[in-house]
Amino acid sequence: MIISSFFDIVLVVLILGIGASTIAAREAFAAIICFVVYGLLLAIAWVRLSAADVALTEAAIGGGMTGMLMLGAVARLRSAEGNDIRTSLPTRLAAGAMCALISAGLATAILVPPEVIPTLAPMVMENLAQSGLGNPVAGVLFVYRALDTLLEKVVLILALLGVWSLAPDGAWGGIPGLRVYTQPSRTLTFLAQLLPPVGIVVAVYMCWVGANEPGGAFQGGTILAAMWLLVMIAGLKRVPAIGQPWLRLLLVVGPVIFLAIGLAGMVLAGAFLAYPSGYAKPLIVTVEFALTLSIGVALGLLAAGPPEQAQRQ
Amino acid sequence: MNLAFDILTVSAVSAGALFFLAGTVGLLRFPDPLTRLHALTKVDNLGVGLVVLGLLPRANGLSGALKLVSIWLLVQLSGAIVTQLIAGAVRQRGPHG
Repeated sequence: MIISSFFDIVLVVLILGIGASTIAAREAFAAIICFVVYGLLLAIAWVRLSAADVALTEAAIGGGMTGMLMLGAVARLRSAEGNDIRTSLPTRLAAGAMCALISAGLATAILVPPEVIPTLAPMVMENLAQSGLGNPVAGVLFVYRALDTLLEKVVLILALLGVWSLAPDGAWGGIPGLRVYTQPSRTLTFLAQLLPPVGIVVAVYMCWVGANEPGGAFQGGTILAAMWLLVMIAGLKRVPAIGQPWLRLLLVVGPVIFLAIGLAGMVLAGAFLAYPSGYAKPLIVTVEFALTLSIGVALGLLAAGPPEQAQRQ
Repeated sequence: MNLAFDILTVSAVSAGALFFLAGTVGLLRFPDPLTRLHALTKVDNLGVGLVVLGLLPRANGLSGALKLVSIWLLVQLSGAIVTQLIAGAVRQRGPHG
């Protein structure tokens, strides 16, 4: 008991410290490294709170994917001309004030909780068996809050459209200019040949166990994206042009199947995104697999960035 | 039998923790990037390896044990590759590049 509370206190102190050094770091690169470590420490904190699903997502998205996106942004800033843009003092003060306001709001919510904490958790656990799922998180995501989950995947595609819209006119539909720090080397090529088979198996496993244990489409999709990026960075496969029909198809297949099953639910089960009784689990697993593919492709393309050169015929 | 497993767990995990400590001290104290990388790889190989070894008797059946061992193998692989890449970059551009 004493050891575990000692561990928790050290963990919290570490998280606060690394959070402070993320803000205080002068170099963007150093700040991003701190941010990635912050994400990994936060993942351990989520494990201590018995929220393994959140921990996996935090490590994959918060630590890994976001870090990669920001590293790409720094690489772009470094290579862009006239990048000595300094934010003015009023802007920085305003940003600081906004952040302080949000922190104060969150702190109030956590430090002064309501007498009776409103929760639907007992009801979820009572009715989870009807869905055939064993993981309550998957149950909430795909049964009770399916609309949120659907919209979340659509948001991912909207974010990708936002990145793509930064493309110059001539390069629209062309090949993204993946910016990375490392030059292709034989060591990296070796890793890119060895790891993806393992990674793909792990991604499929993550997605499959998501129904009963921590895991799911987002975690699996992130691993898929990482494997794809590794292969592209090592130069074993070229980054595909964003105009390719198969690419667009893979991007939307998850949300489209989700939506189709949702619409079918209106006829077969009487409500949008309701599952006909007895078929909930197979339908959810189908949706999860399709979503894993779409999420993997979307995250990979987000990291690859906007198209920079026109597609060669 | 249980006592033997407990002794194995405690001693192997403690030895692993010792390697973590030594690796961290090395990372902080060694003078240049290459020696610091050397300190780090000890943590990847032996530190994680000993912790995994210590946890094996407590694993959730055979599949749990296999998962632990594959985590160790993956950590070793990524550690070795990343060390090679960083060392290559240091050699190419100098310690401050």
